[in-house]
Amino acid sequence: MKPGPATLPRTGLIREWIIERALLGSGMIAVVTTVAIVVVLALETVAFFREVSLGQFLGDTQWTPLFADKHFGIWPLLGGTLLTSAIAIAVALPFGLLAAIYLSEFAAEGVRKALKPMLELLAGVPTIVYGYFAVVVVTPMLQRVIGGLAGFNALGPGIVMGVMIIPMISSLSEDALHAVPMSVKEGAHALGATRLATLLRVTIPSAFSGITASVVLAVSRAIGETMIVAIAAGQQPRFTLDPRVPIETMTAYIVQISMGDTPTGTLEYRTIFVVGSTLFLMTFAMNIISQRLARRFRKGTA
Amino acid sequence: MSSTPRRDSVRNRRLLERAFVALCLLAVLLPLGLLALLIGRVLVDAGGRLSWGFLTSYPSRRAAQAGILPGLVGSLYLTGLTATIALPLGVGAAVYLEEYGRRGRLAHLIEINIANLAGVPSIIYGLLGLELFVRTVGMERSLLAGACTMALLILPIVIMASREALRTVPDTLRESAFALGGSHWQVVRQVVLPLAFPGILTGSILAVSRAIGEAAPLIVVGALTYIAFLPRGINSPFTVLPIQIFNWVSRPQEAFMVNAAAGIVVLLLTLLLLNGLAIYLRNRMQKRRYW
Repeated sequence: MKPGPATLPRTGLIREWIIERALLGSGMIAVVTTVAIVVVLALETVAFFREVSLGQFLGDTQWTPLFADKHFGIWPLLGGTLLTSAIAIAVALPFGLLAAIYLSEFAAEGVRKALKPMLELLAGVPTIVYGYFAVVVVTPMLQRVIGGLAGFNALGPGIVMGVMIIPMISSLSEDALHAVPMSVKEGAHALGATRLATLLRVTIPSAFSGITASVVLAVSRAIGETMIVAIAAGQQPRFTLDPRVPIETMTAYIVQISMGDTPTGTLEYRTIFVVGSTLFLMTFAMNIISQRLARRFRKGTA
Repeated sequence: MSSTPRRDSVRNRRLLERAFVALCLLAVLLPLGLLALLIGRVLVDAGGRLSWGFLTSYPSRRAAQAGILPGLVGSLYLTGLTATIALPLGVGAAVYLEEYGRRGRLAHLIEINIANLAGVPSIIYGLLGLELFVRTVGMERSLLAGACTMALLILPIVIMASREALRTVPDTLRESAFALGGSHWQVVRQVVLPLAFPGILTGSILAVSRAIGEAAPLIVVGALTYIAFLPRGINSPFTVLPIQIFNWVSRPQEAFMVNAAAGIVVLLLTLLLLNGLAIYLRNRMQKRRYW
């Protein structure tokens, strides 16, 4: 639908042209932003690798850029990120999926309409609030049960982060479950399957790619989450899978350096961009995978 | 009278099904319970610290005298400035995508980028802002640099919400306006935008409220954690509510934790107020919808 205002005077046509360009320009900000992110991260990363070898970055198991004896192995930070994210997903996946099943398959329409926005509130609470919650409530509670749990650890913030991303999994998974055509479910019922059997053997398998998309997106969100781990995980880069001791994630490291007075242009300054690049690459890959999967389930059911 | 094995298995299956439904319901209620616990706990912890004095005092080394004024004012300034930058750009982009570029190659390129940007961790925007606005453009660690960074962060949300709103305007209205001889921009400006306005407004308020709770990108851009003055203009150093709370949470003394809790209550109330406003506006304006 391209209208041709033939009666418009010449000045009007020029005005129309200018306005369209201006609108296009505001849209192009999105493209420029993406390019700017990539360029900024790439430039500083290249500068970093002029001083530190890639072998050291990927081969060393210590991360001590602020000490006299400097090591630049990414593994402690990467391990911290993966550990807290894994704990978060271990919490969010069962809760999110079961909640999605309840809302999509079992809840009455009125109940669904009341519960869904309430569940989504969980994702709207600022992360700084969750950080407080992890330090003041969750970790002390866990300390009563788990021996040797330090005041700062991976477990508390991991669990709290999991609670935060429950709505992310539940909302996308619910869409996926909902998109399974009624006729398919009715077919299963007609063959004598119970509601539970229909759900487990028909509905969930059909919605599988959509559910996976939601989980991948949640992982990406957990990897990028910052304030909860910056507050409650301890800021001590440590190459370990023990969830009871203080660790540091990639995001928390960037915060830690930013809080200090690191002069621009130094190697320490560049470390936050290298860590940022690693973070960006990981989340970018996951977002692409998630989008692909989500597109597949939309195509499959449309 | 004993039941047949077959009836038993049916009853067992029913029981199993009920147990499963209960489990699913629990998966919804337990997180909500945790949320209630969180809010309750924060309110209890904040207890005595919440007062007019807390809102109107500057931070202090003595926890009992510390207040949140610079954070509160900083957050308000920053949010206003962020909205001023992000809303025109976001709505403009949405108008282009919905009303002009439909299915064009450029529109497709923009859409892909928006989808990807929406998934970029907020702290990465901080790194972008640090290098681009603070260093390259030379804005220093100012309110303006923070607002530009936050504007880029919420832009994808503003665009998506505005597109949603534009899509609710029926094509018949556009066609009627064109039939009356309106130019493309006249149709958009005088018919589509006014009708989509309530939706755009609501979505924008929600996007902006996302910015209020963010701390990470602003820490990277260089917002201060301890300031004893109010921002004087857009080139001034600043702090915001979440960063002030972060500062208090990071201290070992119990007394500062109380301040953190009180700060959190102020932050949550601000968000509640904004979200309530968004819902109110939507409901009010929806009543006037006449198609």
